Amino acid sequence: MSNPKGSVLVVGGGISGVQAALDLADSGFYVHLVEKSPAIGGAMSQLDKTFPTNDCSACILSPKLVEAGRHLNINLLTLSEVLDLEGEPGAFKVRVRQNPRYVDTEKCIACGTCAQKCPKKVPNEFDLGLGTRKAIYLRYPQAVPLKYSIDEKACIYLKKTGRCGFCEKVCPTGAINFDDKPKEFTLEVGSVILALGFRPFDPSSLEFTGYGRLKNVVTSMEFERLLSPSGPCMGHMERPSDKKEPKRIAWLQCVGSRDINRSCHGYCSSVCCMYAIKQAVIAREHSKSGDIEASIFFMDMRTHGKGFEAYYNRAQKEGIKFHRARVHTVLKGKDDNLIVRYVEDDGIPREEEFDLVVLSVGLETDPSAISLSKRLGIELDADKFLKTSLFSPVSTNRDGIFVCGAFSEPKDIPQSVMEASAAASCAQERLWPSRWTETKKKSFPPERNVYAEPPRIGVFVCSCGINIAGVIDVKEVTEYAKTLPGVVFAQNNLFTCSQDTINQMAQTIKEKGLNRVVVASCTPRTHEPLFQETLREAGINKFLFEMANIRDQDSWVHQDDPEAATQKAKDLVRMAVSKVRGDEPLPYNFVPVKKRALVIGGGVAGMVASLSLADQGFPVTLIERKDRLGGHGRKFYRTWQGNLMQDYLKGLIETVMSHENIDVRLNTTLKAVSGSVGQFRSELSDGSMVEHGVAIVAIGAESFKPRKGKWNYLYGKNPNVHTLLELDQRFIKNDPGLLGMNQAVFIHCVGSRVPERPYCSRVCCTHAIDQALKLKDLNPDMDIFMLYRDIRTYGKREHIYEEARAKGIVFIRYDLDNLPKVSEKDERMTVKVRDPIIDEEVVLHPDLLILASAVRPRDDVGELSKLFKCAMTEEGFLLEAHMKLRPVDFATDGVFLAGLCHYPKPVEETIAQAKAAASRAAIVLSREKVPAESITAIVNPMKCTGCALCTLVCPYHAVGIDENTGKAVVDTALCKGCGACVAGCRSDAITLKNLGNEQIMAAVEAALEE
Amino acid sequence: MEEKREENWQPKIVAFLCNWCSYAGADLAGVSRYQYPPSIRIVRVPCSGRVSPNMILDALRSGADGVLVSGCHPGDCHYISGNFYARRRFALFKRFLEFIGIEPDRVNFTWISASEGEQFAQVAREVTERVKRLGPARKLVKEIEPCSR
Repeated sequence: MSNPKGSVLVVGGGISGVQAALDLADSGFYVHLVEKSPAIGGAMSQLDKTFPTNDCSACILSPKLVEAGRHLNINLLTLSEVLDLEGEPGAFKVRVRQNPRYVDTEKCIACGTCAQKCPKKVPNEFDLGLGTRKAIYLRYPQAVPLKYSIDEKACIYLKKTGRCGFCEKVCPTGAINFDDKPKEFTLEVGSVILALGFRPFDPSSLEFTGYGRLKNVVTSMEFERLLSPSGPCMGHMERPSDKKEPKRIAWLQCVGSRDINRSCHGYCSSVCCMYAIKQAVIAREHSKSGDIEASIFFMDMRTHGKGFEAYYNRAQKEGIKFHRARVHTVLKGKDDNLIVRYVEDDGIPREEEFDLVVLSVGLETDPSAISLSKRLGIELDADKFLKTSLFSPVSTNRDGIFVCGAFSEPKDIPQSVMEASAAASCAQERLWPSRWTETKKKSFPPERNVYAEPPRIGVFVCSCGINIAGVIDVKEVTEYAKTLPGVVFAQNNLFTCSQDTINQMAQTIKEKGLNRVVVASCTPRTHEPLFQETLREAGINKFLFEMANIRDQDSWVHQDDPEAATQKAKDLVRMAVSKVRGDEPLPYNFVPVKKRALVIGGGVAGMVASLSLADQGFPVTLIERKDRLGGHGRKFYRTWQGNLMQDYLKGLIETVMSHENIDVRLNTTLKAVSGSVGQFRSELSDGSMVEHGVAIVAIGAESFKPRKGKWNYLYGKNPNVHTLLELDQRFIKNDPGLLGMNQAVFIHCVGSRVPERPYCSRVCCTHAIDQALKLKDLNPDMDIFMLYRDIRTYGKREHIYEEARAKGIVFIRYDLDNLPKVSEKDERMTVKVRDPIIDEEVVLHPDLLILASAVRPRDDVGELSKLFKCAMTEEGFLLEAHMKLRPVDFATDGVFLAGLCHYPKPVEETIAQAKAAASRAAIVLSREKVPAESITAIVNPMKCTGCALCTLVCPYHAVGIDENTGKAVVDTALCKGCGACVAGCRSDAITLKNLGNEQIMAAVEAALEE
Repeated sequence: MEEKREENWQPKIVAFLCNWCSYAGADLAGVSRYQYPPSIRIVRVPCSGRVSPNMILDALRSGADGVLVSGCHPGDCHYISGNFYARRRFALFKRFLEFIGIEPDRVNFTWISASEGEQFAQVAREVTERVKRLGPARKLVKEIEPCSR
């Protein structure tokens, strides 16, 4: 067979589609990104904030969108849809139709004059109809591409030629083209990734909610827009009926989820519990008076992700009220207020009045996605989500076509991003021989020599919607910046990171002849690369740039003191200007990449990641501390869909052991690591050295064994008390002892969600219920009781909860104040628990007591994290670079993570994350060289006395003494720019480029100027 | 009037934060909206090991009422050992400062990791409080008499 195509089609421009496109384009493939709306960004662009970090959604998403929009190897096809597909994996032919925009994207400068003049107003679908837009419009202010488009259904001219046409008359660039026609074309691609996303459930059919009838009942997505600074009320949170700030807000959970009667959606939408808590927290923050009463009505609180439980606990402490009740009626009250009727555990009907009711609507598949699946021959499940198998979580029934994001199951952003990378990995496993065959190479204009010029500094002050401008007087800061020495230009922008501002910044640099730039906005840790690239595109060296962090370290931490915050912002801008004045252009350094990956941990995560990289042609060294591969998987019986783990594991181990690209080292641990991305050198316990370009950490976790203390429950004392994995062992062995048992009791949350381990272990609810079903299969007459706190069978897993209840398994809720009591007399176990519904104590005598015990981090995580300089969470799991958008990267470049060491997760998510880690690693391994540190140390030989103190303090052995001159010299390839030598030098002879003593002191002195 | 100014007086504190842990911790304080007094001016340095005693002295000479240096926790340094050098330097330097009559509470050293947003806000509050109690630092500031016009 001839080589496959080196390009991939990604359908869907939401966060998962964009991530898949970026991963592929960064590792040598040309990507066509098809999006049906006029702009990419998907549902995430409509959100105000994201949980659990409360990051502003636009702020973290925007850089990704801009990157995708500017990427040379991503062909953005907006307003487009896939018609059909033929061919086979490696050589698909896809027919695409691009609908007319009626605006020439080459000419449109997004000045907005057209929309100002356009007389036709229609409901804005981006604000879910809460606001209006014109017939010629931008999907949202930071849209990528930032080009207007005409809504042909609304446009007066297009409906009746000859009328209106104002936009054409006022457009300064002549960009309007009413004769635009649909285009059809065929793309030849090697693989297809479907990231078709979801749509929020429409609750109009649910009469009891009052939605559509009562003005102040809104959906969660609508509320998200009400909170958003770019939304219909500019983030001031007004309720629809009278534009007043609501004081009492209720959230009703599970609207269109976990409801087989009215909405026909039996599944759980996974994200609503968290987004409701987030909205409650943010609403209180948004409120001017801060006296918002927030109540959340829920069935089970499903805060099962990383950092979620802590978020929930904090919300409770902050006074958000949680009612365990499903609201049955919402009625109209006085002044368009709402009366909510509900029944709690005690069975007494209650009524409460609210100003606003938010329906936490579930996620469902968009009809257009359903029809596309039909055209492509892709199989959906009964819930109309894409059907996947748990051992290949991003594959479809059609070879070469992969899936990611909420199209296969409702899921949150990090999980969608993970799957996006995983789908990219799957595509690469087949297409790797054609890497870099269809890509274009990025070139920047030659850099202007600015040495001889006096500083001409431009300052861009960001409002960040209201994130900054809500506290700091940005206009005043901008005016102030203009008065600083060397500043020739200063400007305030709504979102400095949006595509139009970026383009305009490049333009301004050229037009005004700027040779230094300061951006006063958020943190350089996330946004510096974006702005630096803008400098390069404008033809100046990217190191002539500084950021003033007036958001994370100013407006967000001094919310109650706008005056002092504004003063501080001025100081920060002055500091940045002082520093940038002394910045010099620096060279762009590179290091060659050692084309090998080191994978630490031979469990499922480590093996899947190794295999994915090996299948892409990269050599892998896989080390495992034990004498065999398999890790935790060896103890695990089956997935909740019934796939047998041991069969899968056997096949996986065989493939890994026999793969020519994988060097498996058993009984081996990591001793020491040196070097950095591209050039790591690791010492293994067998004494050998491995040189590798990247590393994947997949060291797993452990199960908590409650041998003593509060959670003991006879564990280790009675032979019929097990943890979940111990019961799995008995299933694997087909233990006949399990037959003929009469009663089993499961206790959930043993050691999870408790003060000493305050996180949810995510997997246990599903695992326990699946085991209960297995026991029921073995002994149909068995009585099974689940003692739980909240059942967290998120996503499609809800179906087995439903099944368990249908089969008569009894669920009894307990809380931390009323723990189950377990005792034993003459080998007969007694479990006592208070049932909150009947409000009486239930006494059980199980033959089998199963403890759903916590997944806990390994005790030696710290040692490993130190070797690679990766951070850890308070609980002892490894901490990724960004919880939302970089879920498998570490802050340390070239090191990635997967599996249980990140957070407890089921095997399907482990596999997806492992493949994602492989995709991220492939971005480095697919290149010959990666960028290296430019900010390096430099010696002034005139001052150097050759005392060699610098050689002693340098952690990288990058400084040496030249034998001939007796002076210190720096090897820039080894130097990482820490500055230890600079601080250590006695004669002020060694300095760090752009971070010399004078420059840092210039910033300090600027900070202290009166 | 004078008394009132005393009460509302906000010290100026220069904080040298390492890029990898403490600066990220300060960002997290913002993301989590932990509030702290607006007295701190953060200077981002690659590593706490980059901070030389001279820089702290210079800050005090330029009119800082207090200085905070914060790096990664022991063993977590992005540059392997920089925070240890910083600590060692600092221990010596602090004795020198005492010797020349600078109150020990003016100059502070902590470890703050990228996940410790609240910790950062807490340190910012504490350091501000400590320095506030001491009042303005003028010992090292060279007062230049303005020329008579």
